[in-house]
Amino acid sequence: MKKNYTPPNQSMFGQMFDTILVLVLVYASLMIPLLFKAEEKAEAAAEAATHAVQSTWESLGQNAVQQAQWVKLGYDPEKAATLINSRFDYTIDPLMLLITIAVVAGYFIFMLKVSDKQYREVIAEKFDNK
Amino acid sequence: MATEKITSVGNKPIAMLKVLNPFHIWALGVGIVLVGEFMGWNFTVGKGGAYASLIACWVIGLLYTCVAMIDSEVTSTVAAAGGQYTQAKHIVGPLMAFNVGLYLVMAYTMLCAADALVVGDLMKSGAEVMGYANLDTKPFVVLTVAFLAWLNYRGVFATLTLNLVITFLAFLSLIVLFFAVDPLNQGVVLQHAGLLTDLPYGWIGVIASLQFGMWYYLGIEGTCQAAEEVRSAGRSIPLGTMGGIMTLLVAATITWFVATGLMPWQYLGQAVTPMYDAATLLGSTQLQLMLFIATAFAATASANGCINDASRAWFSLARDRYMPVFFGAIHPKYRTPYRSVLFLVPIAVSFAFTGLLDQVITFSILSGLLGYTFMTFNMIKFRKMWPLGTIHRGYIHPFHPIPAITLLTLCCATYFATFLGYGASLLSIMAFYILASVWFVLRRYKFVKRADQFTMPWPRPKGY
Repeated sequence: MKKNYTPPNQSMFGQMFDTILVLVLVYASLMIPLLFKAEEKAEAAAEAATHAVQSTWESLGQNAVQQAQWVKLGYDPEKAATLINSRFDYTIDPLMLLITIAVVAGYFIFMLKVSDKQYREVIAEKFDNK
Repeated sequence: MATEKITSVGNKPIAMLKVLNPFHIWALGVGIVLVGEFMGWNFTVGKGGAYASLIACWVIGLLYTCVAMIDSEVTSTVAAAGGQYTQAKHIVGPLMAFNVGLYLVMAYTMLCAADALVVGDLMKSGAEVMGYANLDTKPFVVLTVAFLAWLNYRGVFATLTLNLVITFLAFLSLIVLFFAVDPLNQGVVLQHAGLLTDLPYGWIGVIASLQFGMWYYLGIEGTCQAAEEVRSAGRSIPLGTMGGIMTLLVAATITWFVATGLMPWQYLGQAVTPMYDAATLLGSTQLQLMLFIATAFAATASANGCINDASRAWFSLARDRYMPVFFGAIHPKYRTPYRSVLFLVPIAVSFAFTGLLDQVITFSILSGLLGYTFMTFNMIKFRKMWPLGTIHRGYIHPFHPIPAITLLTLCCATYFATFLGYGASLLSIMAFYILASVWFVLRRYKFVKRADQFTMPWPRPKGY
């Protein structure tokens, strides 16, 4: 009969190090997209500056009901123009899409393969070494 | 090791108290989610227009119905703290379990941070109405998290009883608002005919809106975190979860109907507190005050449930040595995972103070989505490894494997929706989970006791 695996004990310093490492990874992943967003915002601001014109409810495509609700919300055409003209860009970059699919699928395949190997160790210790 | 010493007195192990009933489970699930009806859901309108938001509400509602069905079966069978984490440990394997534990901790801690930010912003709006401009929101963020952490530290029964009361009141306020807008007489208060437009981005906008459609329901699966603390898991978890999803479907539809009949979609798509704005538009001080209080209640209930769930997931990871064992302690008097509760307080506050609300929300949504993806193959494996009749199940969900396949399809659509507009965030968050997985395999797994990862009294799984 194979002997059960006995893990080493971890020192308090090791425990602190591991906890901090996970936190550093989380904060890094929160911050990295900001680098991309800063570039996008600068481009959007430059584009808005070149297209700045006097706005009216008609030029913004707002009907009478919509105009009335904007006014109730405390907006005039100038103020509302920022919200009305702000739009998402859904142009798809095929290369980025392929990379994203590969990353998500690769992550799950890697995880299932490694988990299965580890799970077999767990089951072997649990049921074979009784 | 620390875990054994801390979670036992003499030779007697300390367990968490079994004091909860189906109403507490309903309050835990709906309490976490209901804030999504008061803010956040409306970003679906920004991504695809008002009709896209309604489609997202129902399509994502279907996704969560599948989640609730699958979760009810597996949780009523694997009744232990950690919820889906414990399921992954018993059905898929340690690395998957480690990742699922991290999804839960991240999804709930980030959501808690967002909730605390909402409470702070709401206090600022309230102060402005009363003539105090530029109120600093930070003390309210800290106070909210600290107070709720104290409640969670003291005991789960009081924590979830508070959730039951404030969640019910917040839900009631949506019903009152619905009747206040005279829903049967179009054109009197509600102006759908003039405000609803065609799809501004076409059908691609409908798919894009699925991302924030998750806000309508995100967190309902948290009900199974309390599996170790309910009196009867086989009865309470399915009742509380399925009751919760029905409540949320009603609340989400009411919310959409009222808000889109009062505000232009371009305003609604970026509003921070849309339901409070809806009450303000009606010109009634009483309704405005009611929605102010209800929004605060919903955000507080959500933060409260998030602290409860995140701490249980972190505790479970530590108890199994996937994370440092120091956090795997149960309080000898209050029987709560107190070290995990205290550890998450500064983390949640620091997330809130980064000011990166959209990043924090996206992290929370994606962590939830990764967890739902896991549920699909978890369910398929569960039925294969222990076919019906081989182990006792508290609940058996019908139509297997249709819910699992539907869930996987909808998860894929939601990944694509996140890619549309938040592609960089998606890759960045995936990088975090990939690095954390590599770190687990290379460093943490050596601290894990193999045989201890399987604690259910089940026969050997088929195929292993």
